[in-house]
Amino acid sequence: MPKITFVELNGERKECDVACGLSLMEGAIQNGIDGILAICGGSCACSTCHSYIDDAWVEKVGPANDIEDSTLELALERKPSSRLTCQVEVTEALEGLVVHIAQNDS
Amino acid sequence: MNPYVVIGAGQAGMQVCDSLRKSGYDGELILLGEEDSLPYQRPPLSKKFLTGDLDRDRLLFRPAAYFDKIAVDVRLRTQVESIDRAARQIVLGDGSTLAYTKLALTTGTRVRPLNCPGHELDNIYYVRTLTDSEMLLQRLASTERVAVIGGGFIGLEVAAVARELEKQATVIEAQERLMARAVSPVVSDFYAKLHRSRGVDVRCSSAVESIVESKQGLLVNLADGARIESDIVVAGIGVLPNSELAENCGLACNSGIVVDEYAQTSDPHIVAAGDCTMHFNGFLQREIRLESVQNAVDQAKVAAATLCGQPQAYRQVPWFWSDQYDVKLQMAGIGMPFDQYAVRGDLASQAFSVFYFRDNTFVGADSINRPAEHMACRKLLTQGTTLSVAQAQDIDFDLKQLAKAG
Repeated sequence: MPKITFVELNGERKECDVACGLSLMEGAIQNGIDGILAICGGSCACSTCHSYIDDAWVEKVGPANDIEDSTLELALERKPSSRLTCQVEVTEALEGLVVHIAQNDS
Repeated sequence: MNPYVVIGAGQAGMQVCDSLRKSGYDGELILLGEEDSLPYQRPPLSKKFLTGDLDRDRLLFRPAAYFDKIAVDVRLRTQVESIDRAARQIVLGDGSTLAYTKLALTTGTRVRPLNCPGHELDNIYYVRTLTDSEMLLQRLASTERVAVIGGGFIGLEVAAVARELEKQATVIEAQERLMARAVSPVVSDFYAKLHRSRGVDVRCSSAVESIVESKQGLLVNLADGARIESDIVVAGIGVLPNSELAENCGLACNSGIVVDEYAQTSDPHIVAAGDCTMHFNGFLQREIRLESVQNAVDQAKVAAATLCGQPQAYRQVPWFWSDQYDVKLQMAGIGMPFDQYAVRGDLASQAFSVFYFRDNTFVGADSINRPAEHMACRKLLTQGTTLSVAQAQDIDFDLKQLAKAG
């Protein structure tokens, strides 16, 4: 199981084991990470699982897909590294990934 | 002090608990649920969950540890018999009582049952609870033919899954078009064509007379004389608000628990939120009952704020989505009724939006595979930005820019 580090809004880093096949959003929720709301449950409809991929990982994780790109328009503070974590599937290739949780509560 | 109690462990109930904690309420908090699962997502129950590709655990909003962490005492499999408002206590199914300081009703809805002759037969399914969908999922494995009664969102989503699983599917709708309550004729017609192109037998203006058992399964008899043979029937003919608890203790109800813009019921100690409420909607400036994730979440936040003495009016723009095949329908605002509409994009390419206007004011839009337009519409409606019919249908007019400009 890949180890993923989630950095919460207060700067706290939490290293978690996340099963391959889950989304980053599901991994965060199962591990009790603060700040991911995911009110649409991963349907790419709400943008409340918004996070920033750590700079070192942006290329490897890749850009937002089309629907996600549009949905991100609703996010509070979009950056080039923005992704909706419900749209990122965890694979072995993401071992060591660092994800910074964005402000999701308006 | 007695606890704050939330009745109903669906999305709204969970959100009330979450928001109470975020707003600083640190007293005792109890969440009562009738079902045997922690709060879970319902939207996938008529979609991906029925394909068998989504484990039950992945439907949970939060793991059990989360409720421990925010100190919510979740009591599942718990029936509430009645509310004694004078004594400020509730009576549970086992006869015990539970005193409360404040109460939130997030009781949701239940399916409207079929009432035609034969409605009590085996092999008739509904989709509302996790148990409902688990039973249907299990039965689908040995099913060839699915007759869906009701051409609304639930029925059409089930029909789409049935086709994806290569079952025969028939949709029987009493009204003259699909999703008639929610979308315009343009969108209804698009979906009728879409389903027919995927092999669904779509029958509108078709009332069900009766369901009978036959040697080969079930026979659905229609008023026009047609008979639909099927292995199972799935009924999706709407829902009824669970407002009896509220009615029986004398709270104002009118096709739902009546609440004001602050999610306040007619009792100052009781709020209500989600599908079960007939609420004053600040955005629409009228009373309405909404069955949606958006309403469950946003109204629950309002209810929690009221309980914490930090009232904020409910003004959010309604939004909704439905996934059928690879086609995503997203709705912003409430388009019905409208007196003018504009189509933007190309129906044949399955990517377009329909904008609705009432008295020359933009009131809502349905977007089909056009998420950027949907998002722009939510922004435009939230901001109250003026949009004309001409602008809406001009594909070269930059909606996103208009939304950004505010």
